[in-house]
Order: sequence, then structure tokens, then C-alpha cells
Amino acid sequence: MAGSLRALRRRIRSTQSTKKIFSAQELIAGARIVRAQARVEASKPYAREITRVLSALASSASLDHPLLTERENPRRAAVLVITSDRGFAGSYNVNVLRRTEELLSLLRQEGKEPVLYVVGRKGETYYSFRDREMADTFTGFSEQPNYPDAQEVGRVLIEAFTSGADDADGGPGADGVLGVDELHIVYTEFRSLLAQVPVAKRMAPLEVEEVEEFDYEREDREHGVAKDDGPQAAYEFEPSAEGLLDALLPKYITTRIYAAMLESAASESASRRRAMKSASDNAEELAKNLSRQANQARQAEITQEISEIVGGADALVSSNSGD
Amino acid sequence: MATLQVELVAVERKIWSGEATTVIARTTEGELGILAGHAPVLAQLADGGVVTIRTVEGEDLIVAAHGGFLSITGEGVSILAENAEISNEIDVERAREALRRAEGERDDPEAQAAVRRAQSRLRAAGENV
Repeated sequence: MAGSLRALRRRIRSTQSTKKIFSAQELIAGARIVRAQARVEASKPYAREITRVLSALASSASLDHPLLTERENPRRAAVLVITSDRGFAGSYNVNVLRRTEELLSLLRQEGKEPVLYVVGRKGETYYSFRDREMADTFTGFSEQPNYPDAQEVGRVLIEAFTSGADDADGGPGADGVLGVDELHIVYTEFRSLLAQVPVAKRMAPLEVEEVEEFDYEREDREHGVAKDDGPQAAYEFEPSAEGLLDALLPKYITTRIYAAMLESAASESASRRRAMKSASDNAEELAKNLSRQANQARQAEITQEISEIVGGADALVSSNSGD
Repeated sequence: MATLQVELVAVERKIWSGEATTVIARTTEGELGILAGHAPVLAQLADGGVVTIRTVEGEDLIVAAHGGFLSITGEGVSILAENAEISNEIDVERAREALRRAEGERDDPEAQAAVRRAQSRLRAAGENV
């Protein structure tokens, strides 16, 4: 009996200390959401402006830039998956990875070979554990992504895309590099503190979207242009419209990667907070039940001791009276 | 006097917005001075360039803008930059240090971009490079 009481007390102590860890994590995640949301907001003016400029350009320049045109026979499609570096975030990574699997099988059905680019240590472990090949991985910034991180990812992806332009059947083209013909991105959209939805989008060939609709629906290119408010100003271009498009499109793609990273970071913190909240609730519940059991055990122990003493005393009395 | 509505945005945040009388920028084609009523222009800013915004108070706001675009519309000017810093926020010592470090490896394209970034920051801070 005494042994079980000791075991129970030990379990209560350990449950309580894990609960402290959970609630600390919950508080940290809570603070991080606020910051992440502020950063999503702060990045919006730029995204809005660049979209506006691009819309203006698209109406003036010819739209045969390589990043805008569909390739005739797409063979390889790059998929950028944004996961977190740390766990403890509930179903966050599972959801985004499941969405990725859906996209991958869809691409395979269309006869395209998916090429994986992974952001975040969790995604990296997931695929390396399953012996799946990854073209590139980027880790160490999932909770607080900075623009240079997005630039690095964007550079790699755009390079792969441009070098895919001359790929012939089953082999690399003139440049000797096996590139890709499409760019897709899978990330987690932050709708509210309670709803984070994994989404998959195509980044290239590009569809210029209005910023306001950026998260909610895909708009075709013509639509995006028509949405531009007010009459179209007849712009002059320095250097040429084509030259500007060349410089602008990669930046636009990078901006979208950056926006996706920021959204994902906010979602990650929100999922983590929720997961940690229910973990600490559960720990509290468990500690309560355990301390009930411990009290019962303690009570039973006392009762037993008393009955042993009483029984002993009775035995003494009856042996004395028999004399 | 007519004024321009100027927006200066970097990727991570909006840096400055307000009324100005003149904006002077260097594009890939050359120096460009903008007053109110300028014809609409979309231009790419020269790497390592400096943008000067003369505010309505007569103050000169000197900005190091790297990897940016300039869009002039009927209402005003927006300046988009990947990196932008206002001159009084620039740490001259750090920019010098970055310049020295980047100049060491001239062949690397990343280092060359770093050189231009550092140069534009130093120019905006009023140093000679």
C-alpha cells in the first residue's frame, strides 16, 4: 500500500512539472502569434504596391515572359512545402504534409514528376525518414522568417525554373541542368486564431493576383488587371516594359514566398498555442485524478493502521482476561 | 504649391509616407527629378542608388534604396525597395565594415550585390564612396 502511494506522488510531481512546460510554451506561442500577425500586416503595403505595378505593366507589356507562359509539355513540377522547425504544434505539420501528398499525387496523375523543396526541419525529417528525394531543404527560420530567407528560397526555385526551359524529353537540355516546368507552393494559411488551413497554389507560370484576394481565391491574370482601380494611366517605362518585367517578376515570386512564410509562421504559433493549451488542460486533469487516488490510498493506509492497532489491542485485552 | 503623395515601402514594412514637393531618384537610365503633375512612369532604380525626398516642411529625406522600383502615378510616387534605410538610421561604421568585407571577394555575385548595398547606404549617409 505504502509503495503505491509513493508511486502516485511521484507521478503527480512529474505531471505538474510537464504542465509547467506546456503552459510556458502556450504563453510563448501566444506572444509569437501577435508578433507574426503584425509582420504579416507590415508586409502588405509592399505586396499591394508590387501587385499594382505588375498589373500596370501587364496591361502594357507583351505577356510572353518565360515566367508567365505555360510550357507546352510540362514534365517536372517543383513543390515548395513550408513546415515548422519544431514540433509541439498539434496537427500543423501533419495537415500541411497531407495537403502536399494530395498535390503530389495530382501532379503524378497529370504525368508530371514532382520535385520537392522543403522548408522546416519537420518536413525534412518526414521525407528523409521515408527515403524520398528532396531537391533542396531550408531550415532554421520557420518561426521568424526574414526576407533574406525568402530571397534564398526564391533564388533556388527561379533558377530551377529557368533552367527547365530547355529540357528535352527525359533529359536536361542544352544547359545540362535538369530544371522544372512549374512551381507550386504548399503552406498554411492563417484565417483566424482558430482556423488555419493548408493550401496549395501554383506560383509559376504566374498568375498575377490582387493582394486582397491573395489568400482566398485564385484569380486569372486578366481579372487581376481589370481589378486595378481607376482608369489605367499610360505609363512610361524606364528601361523598357520588358526589361522591367524581367526585373519585377522574380521579385514578385519572392514576395509571395515571403508572404506564405509569414502566414505559415503565424499559423504555426497558433497551432502550437492550441496544442499546448489542451496539453496543459489534460495535464491538470490528470494531476487532479492522480491526487484523488493518492488521497484515497493515504486514507486507506491510515484506516488499515488503525484497524491493526485496534485488533492488536483487542487481542491483548482478551489474552489478559483469560488469565 | 502642389505636392506629391509619397509612399516608401520596403518588403518588411512601410518606411515612410507623407507629402513632398520633390523626389529625386536615380533609375537605371539616369537621374530623375519628380515634381507634382509628373507624367506616369514606372522605373527601375539603379542598384546602389539614393533617393532624395524633399518634404513639404523643406526637409531633405535621404534614403538608401536597394533593388527597387519607382512608380509615378497621377496622385503621387511610390518607391518599392527590397532594402531601404533613411539616412539618419544608417550605421556608417557597419556599412563601412560590410563594404570592406564584401570587397574582399569580388568574384562572388552575392558579394558584389553586398558592395552595392553598402555603397548606397554610405552615399545616403553623406559619405564619399
